[in-house]
Amino acid sequence: MLALDVLLFDLDLTAVAIVLLKVLVVFVVGLVGTMLMVWFERKVIAFMQNRVGPNKAGPKGLLQTLADGIKLFFKEDLIPEKSSRFVFKLAPYLAFVPAFTVWAVIPLGGNFAGGRDGTVELFGRQTTLQLADPPVGVLLLLALSSIAVYGIMLAGWSSGSKYPLLGSVRASAQMVSYEAALGLSLAAVILVSGTLSTNGIVTAQSGLANWHVVATGVVPFIVFLIAATAELNRPPFDLVEAEQELVGGFNTEYSSIRFALFFLAEFMNTITMSGVIVTLFFGGPQPIKVFGNEDVLSFLGPLSGTVWLLLKVLVFLYVYVWFRATLPRLRYDQLMNLGWKLMIPLALGWFMLLAAFRVFDRDGWNWFNKLAYVGVPGFIVIGGGAWLLSKASKVSARNREREGAMF
Amino acid sequence: MEFFVFVCASAMVLVGALGVVLRNHPVHAALSLVLTLFGVAVHFVALSADFLAAVQVIVYAGAIVVLFLFVIMLLGVDRAEDLRIEPFKVQRPVAASVGVALVSLIGIAILASREAPVPAAQNSEGVQAALDAGGHDANIRALARNLFDDHVLAFELTSVLLVIAVVGTVMLARKPRKGELV
Repeated sequence: MLALDVLLFDLDLTAVAIVLLKVLVVFVVGLVGTMLMVWFERKVIAFMQNRVGPNKAGPKGLLQTLADGIKLFFKEDLIPEKSSRFVFKLAPYLAFVPAFTVWAVIPLGGNFAGGRDGTVELFGRQTTLQLADPPVGVLLLLALSSIAVYGIMLAGWSSGSKYPLLGSVRASAQMVSYEAALGLSLAAVILVSGTLSTNGIVTAQSGLANWHVVATGVVPFIVFLIAATAELNRPPFDLVEAEQELVGGFNTEYSSIRFALFFLAEFMNTITMSGVIVTLFFGGPQPIKVFGNEDVLSFLGPLSGTVWLLLKVLVFLYVYVWFRATLPRLRYDQLMNLGWKLMIPLALGWFMLLAAFRVFDRDGWNWFNKLAYVGVPGFIVIGGGAWLLSKASKVSARNREREGAMF
Repeated sequence: MEFFVFVCASAMVLVGALGVVLRNHPVHAALSLVLTLFGVAVHFVALSADFLAAVQVIVYAGAIVVLFLFVIMLLGVDRAEDLRIEPFKVQRPVAASVGVALVSLIGIAILASREAPVPAAQNSEGVQAALDAGGHDANIRALARNLFDDHVLAFELTSVLLVIAVVGTVMLARKPRKGELV
């Protein structure tokens, strides 16, 4: 019933110890990783803007985050008089816990070279370097990201002030709308890999051509990346904070440790989401084949998968910082238009196309037939849909102009 | 272990349900509803219906209750209700009788099912094949066979129903004014 791990089939003290060790490692690495991520982001942004960035605390300013954290801990913990006390205290944890829990289903390493299933030997036991591999796998991820909405929503509402409420309403509207696009692009990955389990998804991606970014035809990856950025409330979709225009967003009334928890959750989410993207589209801990060599890092032993994962995740962390440094923030209506009128139809259409191709693959059609009977009508339907949609949005834009809207 | 999980999950469900009924504050009541939904999800996991558990959390906790909260916050009813005021006089007696009827119906159903033997599940060929194949995703494959193969018409009709609801909402909410393009 609860046998989520290979090793739990024979439960004894060693097995329990290994699971506890995994939990500890995930927790510590998560926290330290977040600390380093804040430093990394500040340093890279400083570099891109021709500044120095944090350089006083510790070597190269590495301990700056620690210093900030300690400072936050010792600040006064304010609870507004008009707030709803219980919900106000609960909200930061609702934001923080899901960010952590996602790590449980991400394969953090293991031996996948040459089509193996990623088990390694730990203290004489076969186990996967993954805290849990539940049958619902990636759905857990969607479930947790939908729980994370509560944290932001309740934080804004319980503050008992209208600016945080406005900030939280638009933040949660944004997160709920982009969840649909996120789920639909995820569906394309599940369709191609044929399993929900994260371990199975990574195992299916042996070799560059099988990486889902290629196998699903890039579009789901782009949709996922954009939707994930919106889901994370990171620039260019950071309307939640929007330092220049809002009082401060949903967390205006928060201070001290509770504010730190929100801050931590945001950066933790960035790392987890990069991990998820790598797992879903870039083969997770799968090594890259270089000149016929299965695993260039094989001298690292069981850790080689972890190092591969780390390298790939670092690329995406850099991409997120890069987004922040270069892209201007979207206006709220642009954000909603992008989400509902472009991302969701695109992800849905692409999903149908992939499904059709798979059916004809199964029935053994050749390339010409596929193109003639699926590709062309598919593109005609998608094109027609896009035309209708743009027509509709033009009409609605004209109507709004007539009403005297500013945009 | 199973008993322990059952007791914890049931406690979650019951505490949440009592909270929904007894809390004066609408937001607190909605949060209690989330607790109940989570308890039900845990029950689903314990019955090895993992997919249902995940969908329960994604759809009910993640979407529907969020919608409830939106309505509560935006309509400004996020204050404690004054229970002395009763807008419809018949409301409470009707609610009480419906409640009693529901409880007795469920009670009768439980008593009847205790006596009658439970028939074995009738699976179609496809579902049985998916279950027999086993493996990590057997549960989900069987569910998919059932939904998209055996009951595909009902499934499609449900989706049509949802589309009709969406279109109806748009039509009701957006009356075109004079001189407006449609």
